[in-house]
Amino acid sequence: MASQDIIARSATTTPPSSIRQLEEVAKLIDTTKCIGCKACQVACSEWNELRDEVGHNHGTYDNPQDLSAESWTLMRFTEHETDDGNLEWLIRKDGCMHCADPGCLKACPSPGAIIQHANGIVDFNQDHCIGCGYCITGCPFNIPRISQKDHKAYKCTLCSDRVSVGLEPACVKTCPTGAIVFGSKQDMKEHAAERIVDLKSRGFDNAGLYDPDGVGGTHVMYVLHHADTPRLYAGLPDQPVISPLVGLWKGVSKPLALLAMGAAVLAGFFHYVRIGPQRVEEDEHPSPPDSSVQVVDPAVHVYDPNQPGGQGEQRP
Amino acid sequence: MTNHWTDIANANLILVMGGNAAEAHPCGFKWVTEAKAHNKARLIVVDPRFTRTASVADYYAPIRTGSDIAFMGGLINYLLSNDKIQHEYVRNYTDVSFIVKAGFGFEDGLFSGYDAAKRSYTDKSGWGYELDEDGFAKVDPTLQDPRCVYQLMKLHYSRYTAELASMICGMPQERMLKIWEEIATCSQPGKTMTILYALGWTQHSIGAQIIRSAAMVQLLLGNVGMPGGGVNALRGHSNIQGLTDLGLLSNSLPGYLTLPGDAEQDYDAYIAKRALKPLRPGQLSYWQNYGKFHVSLMKAWYGANASAENHWGYDWLPKLDIPGYDVLKMFDLMGQGKVNGYMCQGFNPIAALPDKNRVSAALSKLKWLVVMDPLATETSEFWRNVGPFNDVQSADIHTEVIRLPTTCFAEEDGSLVNSSRWLQWHWKGADGPGETRTDVRIMSELFLRLRKRYQAEGGAFAAPLLNLSWPYKVADEPSPEELARELNGNAVSDLTDASGATIKAGQQLSAFAQLKDDGSTASGCWIFCGSWTEQGNQMARRDNSDPFGMKQNLGWAWAWPANRRILYNRASADPQGKPWDPDKRLVWWNGKTWGGTDTPDYKADVPPEAGMNPFIMNPEGVARFFAVDKMAEGPFPEHYEPFETPIGINPLHPNNKQATSNPAGRIFDSVWDTLGQAKDFPYAATSYRLTEHFHFWSKHCKLNAIVQPEQFVEIGEVLAQEKGIVAGDRVRVSCKRGHIEAVAVVTKRIRPLQVNNQTVHQVGIPLHWGFTGSTRHGYLTNTLVPFLGDGNTQTPESKSFLVNVEKI
Amino acid sequence: MDLNRRQFFKVAAVGLGGSSLAALGMAPTPAFAEQVRHFKLARTIETRNTCPYCSVGCGLILYSQGDGGKNVAQNIIHIEGDADHPVNRGTLCPKGAGLLDFIHSPSRLQYPQVRKPGSSEWARVSWDEALDRIADLVKTDRDANFIEKNAQGQTVNRWLTTGFLAASAASSEAGYLTHKVIRSLGMLGFDNQARV
Repeated sequence: MASQDIIARSATTTPPSSIRQLEEVAKLIDTTKCIGCKACQVACSEWNELRDEVGHNHGTYDNPQDLSAESWTLMRFTEHETDDGNLEWLIRKDGCMHCADPGCLKACPSPGAIIQHANGIVDFNQDHCIGCGYCITGCPFNIPRISQKDHKAYKCTLCSDRVSVGLEPACVKTCPTGAIVFGSKQDMKEHAAERIVDLKSRGFDNAGLYDPDGVGGTHVMYVLHHADTPRLYAGLPDQPVISPLVGLWKGVSKPLALLAMGAAVLAGFFHYVRIGPQRVEEDEHPSPPDSSVQVVDPAVHVYDPNQPGGQGEQRP
Repeated sequence: MTNHWTDIANANLILVMGGNAAEAHPCGFKWVTEAKAHNKARLIVVDPRFTRTASVADYYAPIRTGSDIAFMGGLINYLLSNDKIQHEYVRNYTDVSFIVKAGFGFEDGLFSGYDAAKRSYTDKSGWGYELDEDGFAKVDPTLQDPRCVYQLMKLHYSRYTAELASMICGMPQERMLKIWEEIATCSQPGKTMTILYALGWTQHSIGAQIIRSAAMVQLLLGNVGMPGGGVNALRGHSNIQGLTDLGLLSNSLPGYLTLPGDAEQDYDAYIAKRALKPLRPGQLSYWQNYGKFHVSLMKAWYGANASAENHWGYDWLPKLDIPGYDVLKMFDLMGQGKVNGYMCQGFNPIAALPDKNRVSAALSKLKWLVVMDPLATETSEFWRNVGPFNDVQSADIHTEVIRLPTTCFAEEDGSLVNSSRWLQWHWKGADGPGETRTDVRIMSELFLRLRKRYQAEGGAFAAPLLNLSWPYKVADEPSPEELARELNGNAVSDLTDASGATIKAGQQLSAFAQLKDDGSTASGCWIFCGSWTEQGNQMARRDNSDPFGMKQNLGWAWAWPANRRILYNRASADPQGKPWDPDKRLVWWNGKTWGGTDTPDYKADVPPEAGMNPFIMNPEGVARFFAVDKMAEGPFPEHYEPFETPIGINPLHPNNKQATSNPAGRIFDSVWDTLGQAKDFPYAATSYRLTEHFHFWSKHCKLNAIVQPEQFVEIGEVLAQEKGIVAGDRVRVSCKRGHIEAVAVVTKRIRPLQVNNQTVHQVGIPLHWGFTGSTRHGYLTNTLVPFLGDGNTQTPESKSFLVNVEKI
Repeated sequence: MDLNRRQFFKVAAVGLGGSSLAALGMAPTPAFAEQVRHFKLARTIETRNTCPYCSVGCGLILYSQGDGGKNVAQNIIHIEGDADHPVNRGTLCPKGAGLLDFIHSPSRLQYPQVRKPGSSEWARVSWDEALDRIADLVKTDRDANFIEKNAQGQTVNRWLTTGFLAASAASSEAGYLTHKVIRSLGMLGFDNQARV
C-alpha cells in the first residue's frame, strides 16, 4: 500500500497527505447470524501464521479464554435469559474495531508504530513498537495485547495485506453463515439496515447497528439483536470513549510535561540522534506501566471460571 | 439427502431435529441462513440441548433424547386430525389407498409375527398388501376401507395425543403445539419444509424408524420431491456417501446391489428376486433392470472371465449365512476369539465404536492388525499404556500391529461424493510426507502380492483372485482416472442403445440406461454411469451458473443418478404435470417430454395421463407410509425407549416389558449385563460432536486444538447445583461400562425435563478427545456408549444412555 | 474528568516516559513504506481440492510454494475456500480453515512401522517388509479358514476370520478398488464408517 494512503501515524506531527479520496471499508459482524463456530478465529490464525498455546477448558465455550498476542479474534459466548423466559445464546466475535478515532494511535508514543490508513484500517507496525502498552490504555475495547515473546503489541490488522491487494479479510472470507461481511462502509450500513428489518419481523424490536460515535464510528460494526444493551454481549461497551487518561496525555499533561522537561529535552535530543529510536525501547522496557494508568498487566488477564464472560460486565 | 445443500435456500420452513447442522455442517448451514434472509423462512430446532443451531432459530423446543418418534407420531396425529395434509399429493403419490393383508396387526406394542425368543419378527407374512389375481396390489381410492393404509395409519397414531407425546418427550405441550402448528402450514401446495437430520436420529436403537416417521410427515405435507423440501440426511464424512454408494458394507455390492445368501444357489432366482415387477399397472419399477446392473458390475470386476456360462462369476461372490457381518458383529466375534486378522483403512474403531473397553479387549484377541492412516490413531496404539486414558498392559497384548502411512486429500487426485450426491473431482497439490503411499497403491500392492503367491503356491479358492480383471497401465498404482472410467463403465462390444445409436467397443457409456445384461457392457457402479463419458470427466465440471434461479447448478460436478439434483422430482408437479407452485418449479411436462430446472427423475417421454407415478424405484410407483416388510420392527414407526431408559417403562405400553425398548433392536447376549439402570445411573446422556473438531482427526491439528483444547461435559445449572458442581470443576461421568473424567461446562442450555411425571436431567458429552494428537489428552467418550444398536442399520445407540455424574 | 491530583502527576510522568521528542517535532521522519505485510500468495500455485472432513464437500484452493519446476518440492502454505463453489462460495468452517495443520500435523505417519506382540514400541520397517508380511498373514489365515461349502453342502465361498474396515474419506476410486480386492478374497466382515 502506498504511503500516501496513511492518514494518521502515532507520535508524528508531520501532516499526512490527504488528496486521494479512498473509500472507507468496513467489516460488519452480524451477531444474529453468528453460530459461534470459530472459523474466523482459525482462519485468522492460519492466515497470519499464529499458533497460540493449547490451553485449558475453563468451563465455557470460549477458547482461548481471552485475546492474546497470538489470538487476534475470538468468540465470546453469553447465555442470556430474556424477560419472557426464553434463552438466547449471544455470541460475539471480539477483536479490533478499527475506530475512526483510534485511542490506541492517540496514546502510542512511538512514531509510526500505529498507523491509520485512508480506508479505515488501523494497523500496528511491530518494527516501531516499543512494547509500552499505552495502546491498551488507549483502547476503549481492550483489544491490543503485548507478546511475552517479543514484547510488542499485536492485534487484528483487518488483514491489511489482503485488503491492500484487493481481497477481503480472512475471517470474512471463511465465515460459513455470512455473519461477517465486508465492503465499503456505506454498503455495510445498507446491508445492516436490511438485516434489522428482517430481525424486527422476527420479534427483535431493539435490533440495531453498533457503530459507536464515541470513537468516531468504527470500521468493524455489529448487528445486534439488542442494540439497546450492547453490554449483554460479553461486555461490549454501551458507549465507548477513549480513556480520559489518553486525553490528558494529548491535551493537558503533554504540554505540561514538555514544559517541565526544560533543558533535559536538549540532552535527550542529542542522545536520540546519536543512538536512534531503538534507545527509546531500551529505556522504556524495564519499567512497567504505572499502576494508576493500567492496574492490570495488559498481557495477563485474570480469569474467574465462575464468572465466565461476565454478563453485562463493562470491560475496561 | 433427497435434496441438496443449496436447495435448502428454497425452503419456507426448516426443521433441524436429530442433528445440529450449524455445529456439524456450518458451510451447508449457510443455506439455512440464506433461506431465512431471502425467503423469509423460519427455523425450528428441536434438540435435547439448546445448540449452536438453536442460537439462530426462530423456535426452539427441548426434547428428551430418544423420544423423537413420540414427537413425530403426535405430529402425524395432529396433521391427520386437523386435516393439514396435501390431499392431492397424498392421494396420488402415496400408498394411502393400498389394502393391507388381514394378517397384519398391532397389539400392546408389538406387531404381528414376533418371536420373543429370537427377539425378532420371524413372521412378516402379514406385513404386505392384498394382491389381486394379476399380482397387483388392491386399492380403495375412497380411503374408507378399514384395512387401507390411510385408516390403519390414522388408527395407529391416534394414540399419540399431544398430552402423551409431551409427557414422553418432556417437551412443554404449548411449545410442541406451536411447532406443530407452524409445520402444518407447509401442507399448502408450494409451501415447503425441509428436514435436516444427522446422527442425532440415526444413533438410536430406533434410529431408522425415527427417520421413517419424519418421512411420513413430509409425505403428508407433500414435501418430498419438492424444492426446499425432502428428508435430508447430512452425512458425516466427506466420502461416506460415496463409500456407501460403492457398497463397502458387509452385505452390499456397488450401486445398492446386494450379495446373495446361502440359499440363493441359483443365479437366475437371485436376479429375479431383486428385479421387482410393478405392483400397480403402468408403473416403472426401475429395479426390474437389476440384472443389467449386476452383470455390468461383474464384467467390470472380472472382464472376459465373467461369462454367461459361469453366470458372470456368481460363485466368486461370497454368500451370507446371516444378514451381515457388520462392524458390531465382527467385534463381537473378535471378542469371542473368532477373528484372527483385521485391517483398518482410515478408520479408528477404538474411538468410533461403542464401548471402548470391549473394543480394546476384542482388538487384544487379534493375531494381527493392519492400520492404514495418515495420522497416528488410537486404534494403531491401542496396546500402548497412556495412564488413565488407556490403562492397558502392553506386555499382555499379543497382537502384531503393522501401521502403514497414507497420503491425505491434498496429496492425491480423485473424487468424493458429498451429501448432495455430487461426485466432485479434486487434484493433488503436493507430495505426501516421508514414505506415504496412496490407499490405491497399498491395496494394489497387497493384491498383486497375494495373486503372485496364489499363482505360485495355490491355496484356498484362488479363482476369484486369479480371474480378477487388472487392466491398469501401472499395475501397482492404477491411476484415479483409469478407476473412475471403470466405475462409469464402457462398451465391452459394439452395441446399440435405446435411441438406436451405436456405441463402439471400448467407448465410455453415457448413462445407465445403456447397460445390458448380456455381457456387452461393463460398469463398476451403475449409479455412477454418466460420471466419465466420452465427453470426459463430468465430475470435474465447474460451471456454477444457475439459469433458472432455482439453485440446482446442473453444470457443477455431477450428481448421481443421471445428474439429478432432487430425487423424486416428478412429485414437484401435480398429476397433470404442472408444478404445484410456479415459484417451486423443478420439472414439468411440455406436451412432448419432461424437462425443467432439474434432470427429471422419471421416464422423460411418459405423458402425465399414463398414470405412471413419481416413486419409480418402488414397485408400487408411490411412496410408502406402510413400510411392508422392509423394516425390522414393523411397518409403522412406534416409540420405544432407549435400551438404557431413564424412566424404566414405555409410557405407551407400561405393562408390556417386551415393548419397553425396541423388540427387534440389535443386541448381543453378552451385552445385557453391561446395561445400567436409572437407580444407579440416573441421568440421560447423549454424545455428540463440536464444530471446532472433526471426529478424531482434527485434534491432530494445532489450529483446532487451540480453539477447543480440552475434554468437557455439559451439565445443566439445576443438576450442577444439586451436585455442587461449578463451571470449570473436574467431574467423573460413569456408567456400567466405565467412566471418563472431564471439565464441567455448566449451562442454561440444558434444562431438566418433566418426563412421565418425573424430572429427567440430561448430560451432554462431546467426543473428540483421545490419547494421541495435539489437544490435551482425554478419555475416549465412547467408553460410555452401550454396544448395541438399530435392528436395521446396526447403528449404535450413541445418543441415549445412562450415566452418573460426580464432582471429583 | 474526575482525575485526582495524584493521578494527574502520574499521567504527566508517564507522558515523560514516552517518546516525547517526537511530540516536540524533533524526530526525523522515518520512511513510511513497508507498513503493510507482504502478500504471501502472489506467485503460489493454486490447486482445486475438496475438503476431506464432512459431507458438505466444500471446494478448497490449496496454495503451494514453488512454480512446479523440476527442483521444487511444492509445499502447501495456505488453504482457502473456493469462491466459485456453489455450496461453500469460498467459506470454510473452523475445521476446513485449519486444514493446513492437518497436512503438516506432527501426527502424520512417515514410514511403515510394526509393533511386535507384547512390545511397547514401534519399529520402523520398509514397505516391502510390511507388505510381504501382511500378504503372508492374509494368505495364511484365508487358506486356513476359507469356507467353500456350508454344512448343507451349498457353495458359499466366504472368509470370516479376517475383517476390513474401509475409510470414510478415501476417494471413490480408492474405495472402489478396495471393494474389488476385498470381495475377490471372499471377505464378508467388510464395513465402513457410515454409522459412526
